[in-house]
Amino acid sequence: MLDTKRHQGHDAALIATVTVVVAALSILPMFRLGMEIIAPQGRFSTTALQSALSSSATWVATWHSLQVGIGGTLLAVILGTAVALLISLTDIRFRSAFVLLFVAPLLIAPQVTALAWLQLFGPASPFLKLIGLAPPLGSRNPLYSTGGIILLLGVQYGPLVFLIVRAGLRKLPRELVEAGLSSGAGKWTVLTTIILPLMTPSIIGATALAFVSCVGNFGIPAFLGIPANYLVLPTLIYQRLAGAGPSVLSEVAVLSMLIGIIAMAGIFAQDYAARRRDYRIVSTSLPAQPFALGRWQIAVEAGLALLILLVLVLPLVGLLLTALVPAYGVPLNWQTATLANFKFILTEHGAASRAFGNSIGLSLAAAAFAVVLAVPLGYLITWRERWWTKFLNLSAELPYALPGVVLAIASLLLFLKPVPVIGLHIYNTIWIILYAYLARFLVLALRPTISGLHQIDRALEEAAQVAGAGLMRRMRTIIFPLVAPATLAGGVLIFMTAFSELTVSALLWASGSETIGVVIFSFEQGGDSSYAAAISVLVVAVTFLLMLSTNLFARHLPSGVLPWRD
Amino acid sequence: MAGLKVKNLTKRFADFAALSDVSLDVADGEFVAVLGPSGCGKTTLLRMVAGFEQPDDGEITIGGKVMSGAGINVQPENRKVGIVFQNYALWPHMNVAENVGYSLRVAKVDKATREKRVEEALALVNLQGFGERRPANLSGGQRQRVALARCLVAAPSLVLFDEPLANLDVHLRAAMEDEFAAFHKRTGTTIVYITHDQAEAMALADRIAVLDHGRLMQFATPRMLYEEPANEMVASFIAQGMVLPAEILSAAQDGACRVRILGQEAVLRCRPDEIARADAKVCVRAGDLEVVEMGGIPIRVKRSIYRGGGSRIEASPAERPDIELHFDLPDPARLEEGTQARLAIRTGWVIPRAEGAVR
Repeated sequence: MLDTKRHQGHDAALIATVTVVVAALSILPMFRLGMEIIAPQGRFSTTALQSALSSSATWVATWHSLQVGIGGTLLAVILGTAVALLISLTDIRFRSAFVLLFVAPLLIAPQVTALAWLQLFGPASPFLKLIGLAPPLGSRNPLYSTGGIILLLGVQYGPLVFLIVRAGLRKLPRELVEAGLSSGAGKWTVLTTIILPLMTPSIIGATALAFVSCVGNFGIPAFLGIPANYLVLPTLIYQRLAGAGPSVLSEVAVLSMLIGIIAMAGIFAQDYAARRRDYRIVSTSLPAQPFALGRWQIAVEAGLALLILLVLVLPLVGLLLTALVPAYGVPLNWQTATLANFKFILTEHGAASRAFGNSIGLSLAAAAFAVVLAVPLGYLITWRERWWTKFLNLSAELPYALPGVVLAIASLLLFLKPVPVIGLHIYNTIWIILYAYLARFLVLALRPTISGLHQIDRALEEAAQVAGAGLMRRMRTIIFPLVAPATLAGGVLIFMTAFSELTVSALLWASGSETIGVVIFSFEQGGDSSYAAAISVLVVAVTFLLMLSTNLFARHLPSGVLPWRD
Repeated sequence: MAGLKVKNLTKRFADFAALSDVSLDVADGEFVAVLGPSGCGKTTLLRMVAGFEQPDDGEITIGGKVMSGAGINVQPENRKVGIVFQNYALWPHMNVAENVGYSLRVAKVDKATREKRVEEALALVNLQGFGERRPANLSGGQRQRVALARCLVAAPSLVLFDEPLANLDVHLRAAMEDEFAAFHKRTGTTIVYITHDQAEAMALADRIAVLDHGRLMQFATPRMLYEEPANEMVASFIAQGMVLPAEILSAAQDGACRVRILGQEAVLRCRPDEIARADAKVCVRAGDLEVVEMGGIPIRVKRSIYRGGGSRIEASPAERPDIELHFDLPDPARLEEGTQARLAIRTGWVIPRAEGAVR
């Protein structure tokens, strides 16, 4: 009897700990944000609400957010779906290389993408100078425009759509395609009448996700929109906060709520569209036989290669060339190329070299924390399913599903004054960034853990249980080792994302707690594109190294955990 | 060593009654098979005995100690029950020796003793020297034996087998059946063996509990199940028995009575308390039927399936086309589809009146 109580005690302790941590990271900041909108500074008042909603800047920015959100989403969906269909359904060669390269833009931070494209097309572009096509110095970069932002959002999130649609296509049973073909339908008819209709849930889901990402994106409109005075809601919030400081917090809380509402509207629209028809695929079987492209094979492969050249290789080359230029506008050749920019940012510039340390520490801490928490949390959600466990899952998803600006504002509100009772004071320190990272990225380790646990036979845990092992021991010796590869892959993903993160840290940083994203942004705003490019080149190099090295242990992972691996 | 007592066990999942009022009394050292079609509740029964599910009602006692029921719920890790899982459930991140020695490590047995006992357990299942291997590098039969060794190393008082042969091919099944029988003989452990395969249950078990739709249909020795099924379900489930309507003409005398089946009189085995009645059902099997020239029940052949050395004939009585009969016809005799013949019933069993009477 005592034994029974002790074991139930362990269960209760695990559940309580995990619940408290998730609540502190998700429910608490959102609750605080909600409170601020209803009762700014603790008093019921509609002043902040009124002043934010009556300002014309608010509605202009909202309109811009919708513009680039819808435009970027459309481009991303068309691009991602088309590439997913080509790669999944046809017999093109070099498939895994295409997947790796096409997914790469998703793993490069948006502000790095923006910087790279700016360097490619600007009047000072070393690349255009090399081929003699550069516009005259002083002319306007064509990317500083609505179209430029939409283009880059489409390029950034096209891979996101690609991944989701491709995952859907992989589950398409080949019988459904073969039944269509043997009914006499041509390949094109099968595509439009069978495959695409069956893919609507994937495409709708991908559309919603792309929309939320586009609306919440800060890096691209910050680099492309601010110089053109074209503000979207996240950049408006940034400008208000940077200009007036915490005094406008109540007002920007309303703005962040607006983004939250727009993002949620996207998710609800998806939910509504997905419920209208039942597209469930009941059978599981081998994937469909690829369609032979025949004489079109080479053309399609060349087309894809060209696409990758345009969206990945050229911008990165532009970035690298800019990083090697000694000063703005100087033409690049063997005599002028220099590594001085790299030396400057790594050793001479205090904030830049500090930022490397900060970002590495923050990403490591966020990844380690998420890995440690994701296993018991995922265990409760999958193997100890109860009515309330899905709320745990939702709570963990929330800070990532909402745009980063929302979480950043919520964290600011939560920690602006020292936390009552314990007197914790982390405002203007690196710890507030860490808190926001922990909240935001936990789900990136949780998702692969959950999918990993779904693939593991629960009898493995039960076998340990009948062998006499208590909960903590099973967690340590059975569950963690079994699911570790998936969870750790999630940790790597967190490291990559957090390493060059900008949206959250742009609002939370202070002198001494700069992140790499913030430093790139500051250099670019100050006109020091070469320094910004040099840091970006290093960030991209780290990202690619991590991608390639995780591929080495990829065969131990459930499929779909590493997005760039086919 | 410990017996297992299950008393009035009931388990519902939402509206579905997985087990209703099941009682079993397994003696110390007995080998009991739980047999039933899929969805009959046998897996639920095993999971409740192991402690993975809590009963809604009823009581489970192992070795005289209440494990479930009356507000008590002993956790699976404290029940000292061994399980051999259907898919072996070997931990892929541990080698064979680590798998087998896990429960000893949990019990904090010192390293030297642990190694010795792991080696002994592996020797018992003929896997000496396999300790360093990974489960992934073993054949299906070897994995099953590792699972068996892992289970017996802890010397559990009660071992549960969850369809352990379901994933093995036919040759291995026979070999593993021998292995299980030897295991039982050697250790004298109480065993509850879940299966849907009646041949397996018949070959291994001292007694078999037949479950259907969550209810216990009969709990008896294999011979009793075959010869004296307690109800229509058991009669038709075991060895494809045919259940036929009959009229009992005389009360039981020396364990037999006269009955009229499909207009034909015959003498069948029955319970001693059987009395004359009109609404009886009897169980006959293919071997109890014989083709005769004269008398017997007139039948029409529906289908003849060649089985090598003879044919399985499916037929219906000429008067009652809704009743299905089947019997074996040895070569060289043949009955083509559509032909008429006559069948005599040599013996059979009168199914007792009380529905669900359980002994």
